[in-house]
Amino acid sequence: MESNGVVLGFYLLSGLTVGSALLVFVSRNLLHAVLFLVLSFLGMAGLFVTLSADFIAVAQVLIYAGAISVLLVFAVMLTPLASRDNANSLFVLPGVLTGLAFAGIVGFVAVDVTWPELTGDAVMSRDFATTVQGIGSALLEPYILAFEVASVLLLAALIGAILLVREDEPA
Amino acid sequence: MSVTLEHYLAVSGLVFGIGIAIALSKRNAIAVLMGVELMLNAVNLTFLSFSRFSAAFDEASAPLAGHVFVVFVLTVAAAEAAVALAMAVLVYRRRETVDLDRINLMRW
Repeated sequence: MESNGVVLGFYLLSGLTVGSALLVFVSRNLLHAVLFLVLSFLGMAGLFVTLSADFIAVAQVLIYAGAISVLLVFAVMLTPLASRDNANSLFVLPGVLTGLAFAGIVGFVAVDVTWPELTGDAVMSRDFATTVQGIGSALLEPYILAFEVASVLLLAALIGAILLVREDEPA
Repeated sequence: MSVTLEHYLAVSGLVFGIGIAIALSKRNAIAVLMGVELMLNAVNLTFLSFSRFSAAFDEASAPLAGHVFVVFVLTVAAAEAAVALAMAVLVYRRRETVDLDRINLMRW
């Protein structure tokens, strides 16, 4: 954590993430907004790598930057007349103010509270060679019930999405 | 100069705030969903940074608990995106619009 490369990487990646998230808000064309969202997801995956979370970073690239963004592009393409426009509604000012207020509160709490925080070598001791084995055994031992519920949830979402958009009833 | 928990929390708060602003102020349903995804992503960053930096919980008794939580958040986010986008396509097919200001059939 202490090396200069990690610090530089953190600042570059967080600048990329926050900057392209802002561009999602600003950009006029919805398709450009989706592309900036992908860039923001990739920056976030890099931040996960700096947190020594290799499995989550790869899953982030696969699920968010891969699957969810393809799904978003499909949705934009399937609603051709309506959705090129990324215009704001009447609630821009309340929305931006709420976002700013939330970011301010989180920032204030983050700086103000003295967290029981590990630094230096204690953080280094939490570096994993790989997290995959640990996550796998955690999923299948203490969190097995949540794991099964999540699989049922995915199945329900799969069937529900197919049922919702099916064109016509079979004879 | 090293990166601490505060830095990650500040980034995550910023991204969450941008997500709130997008979700509240965009007119297009798909853009609102993009804001929600950004917010979920910020929460994941918070989970992982606490998992790495916090000394408040015993890493030996529950190893990688934060990572497991993030796996579940990813699962729920994928399911939610699929169903929400299917609903957006369905609404477009019926009403030729995904403008949330115009979808007011159930308004009192």
